[in-house]
Amino acid sequence: MIEWILSTFMIVGAALMLLAAIGIIRLPDLPTRMHASTKSGALGTSLIMIAVALAFMDTAVSARAFAIISFIILTAPVAAHVIGRAGYFVGVPLWEGTVKDALKESYDPETHQLHSGLEGKEPRKSVTYGVAESPATKDLEEPEPKKPE
Amino acid sequence: MINPLVINITYLMLTSALLLSFVRLAKGPSLPDRVVALELVATIVAGIVGTHAIDTGVASFLDIAIVLALTAFLAAIGFARFLERGGPRDD
Repeated sequence: MIEWILSTFMIVGAALMLLAAIGIIRLPDLPTRMHASTKSGALGTSLIMIAVALAFMDTAVSARAFAIISFIILTAPVAAHVIGRAGYFVGVPLWEGTVKDALKESYDPETHQLHSGLEGKEPRKSVTYGVAESPATKDLEEPEPKKPE
Repeated sequence: MINPLVINITYLMLTSALLLSFVRLAKGPSLPDRVVALELVATIVAGIVGTHAIDTGVASFLDIAIVLALTAFLAAIGFARFLERGGPRDD
């Protein structure tokens, strides 16, 4: 019985890693390749390590297998984030079919600064837009501080 | 014990994955592509080490997988720092 579970874990884990490799060779640009390789690669290794823990049925081996699983699941997203960030900063070209590049309007490659899009704007005055009586903008105005008697 | 056919199929799929990611490592157009392929190679080799540990019954191979995952993470961080600092590179 446990042999069947173990075989299933091994085959599915290896198939996920093969899927990651196919993704890394077929997808068009850096972020999509990372998207393919990190998630299914980490899951494939985790499944094979679960198979190792099931095959040995030993406390020390199981502890090591779960150490590997937790380490891979902790480090794979961090490494992918750091590599993707460095790739964007270096200027790796995106795929020509990219629909949205949300960093493009807020990141300045000259000064290496990332803006939130809210700098330099005055806090909104409701009088400017002629909607002084709107209930949506009324909350934005600060109430006059009352003078103490 | 485990069916040897399962072990062989797992080895076959993992080595195919290793070959495909090595192709990306060799021809990747930019350096971050190669770093991503290198990280996937390390992950696949950790899987192969686990399969080999099941195959031979020697549990000491798992230590190699631990060290491999650790060094792959450190290599990725190092490459990313190197890229962001703008060192000389030849894609």
